[in-house]
Amino acid sequence: MDYNFHWRPVFRDLPELIEAGLVTLQVAVLSMLIGIVVGIVLAIMRMKGTAPARWVAVAWIELARNTPALFQLFFFGFGLGAFGLHLSPFFIVLSGLTFNNAGYLAENFRGGFQAIPETQMRAARCLGMTATQAYVRIIIPQVFRIVYHPMTNQMVWAVLMSSLGMLVGFRELSGETQFFASRTFRIFEYFAVTAVIYYVIVKLILGFSRVLAMRLFRY
Amino acid sequence: MESSLNFFTGFKFQDLLFLGEAAVRTLLISGISIAAGTVLGVLFGWLLYEGRIFASATLAPVLDVFRSIPLIIQLVLFYNFAPIIGLSLDPFACGTIVLTVYTAALAANVARGGIEAVAIPLRRASRSLGMTYWQDMIYVVAPIGIRAIFPAWVGVALGVMKDSALVSVLGYIELLKASQILITRTQEPFLILAVAGAFYFALSFPVARFADRLEQRWSQ
Repeated sequence: MDYNFHWRPVFRDLPELIEAGLVTLQVAVLSMLIGIVVGIVLAIMRMKGTAPARWVAVAWIELARNTPALFQLFFFGFGLGAFGLHLSPFFIVLSGLTFNNAGYLAENFRGGFQAIPETQMRAARCLGMTATQAYVRIIIPQVFRIVYHPMTNQMVWAVLMSSLGMLVGFRELSGETQFFASRTFRIFEYFAVTAVIYYVIVKLILGFSRVLAMRLFRY
Repeated sequence: MESSLNFFTGFKFQDLLFLGEAAVRTLLISGISIAAGTVLGVLFGWLLYEGRIFASATLAPVLDVFRSIPLIIQLVLFYNFAPIIGLSLDPFACGTIVLTVYTAALAANVARGGIEAVAIPLRRASRSLGMTYWQDMIYVVAPIGIRAIFPAWVGVALGVMKDSALVSVLGYIELLKASQILITRTQEPFLILAVAGAFYFALSFPVARFADRLEQRWSQ
């Protein structure tokens, strides 16, 4: 083994890497928040929608679940270019991740909705709530409790998937790492540190979600 | 002489063959990785189940690392690490190794779940009937456990098949990389991406549906 490890440039750039890690976290959280809203809408569309609404929901969900995430990113990145729509790298990653998250979450939410007894809805309506009120105040809070764990997993996946931003020129953690690595040719060192940062981010998310679960689901 | 020079050529029939060839490569690398990874994963799953505290202190955190780091980072890391320890691997070998370990890390938990799905009294009963440990494993645990985790395993396998698209960062020309090459030449991103996406979808969707159906039937 005649390879000399050079960690100094990595540690010099560490603050920037951690900052890029925040960008990763930011895009993942944002895609998750939008994905949750869209996912709920898709789940309801698939279960209760009219035929065209159901087709849209099924097409979205099955496309998101049955094609590679990288394909989805490329589609938002290059495919839309065919229609003269050019997104910035940030929006490519955000839209790709959101599309994917919404598809997976919709199926989780559908399972959650189906686990709530019909009588809950009827009881809420009997008490004079509108359909929207019943969903927002009675059904969805219960669904969230059921899908909390899968949602946490999806959040972790969102962070891991955001690393694909590197391939569409987005400067999140992976993209930034590649930029630094190609400047210094210390590819292994940079990516090793990045791997550690990803690991820490994932563990922080899991820890945070556990604490949040204790606060939220005390009863 | 032509008045305008065209750098790009249209989408031809040959290109479809090129995509087909790349699709075969996608199938090849994911097939090998899923097969090898599953075998390794079952072994790890068994170790996790039987190893108890020791395994959950050693093997489990290691497998957890592979699930907590993006696959693309794992690929780049290993591809650049191999020459350091004196291995010269081509992108295919490198991608296969990383995907195999990644599959194993995911499959290990599934396999452990399968063993845990078999009720302990049932296993005690089989041992009481004079079966050896391995007879119990093969004739009692395997049939029940496999049935319990088959849908989950299909999910893992399809996930790896889709994730094999990431091997393109190492320069291995699989389906998605091939479509990118064609896009650069023909400048028809929508058509080519649609073909590539349709292939993944055609592979993944029926299998996922089949697994769902089986899960429903077995849960009755």
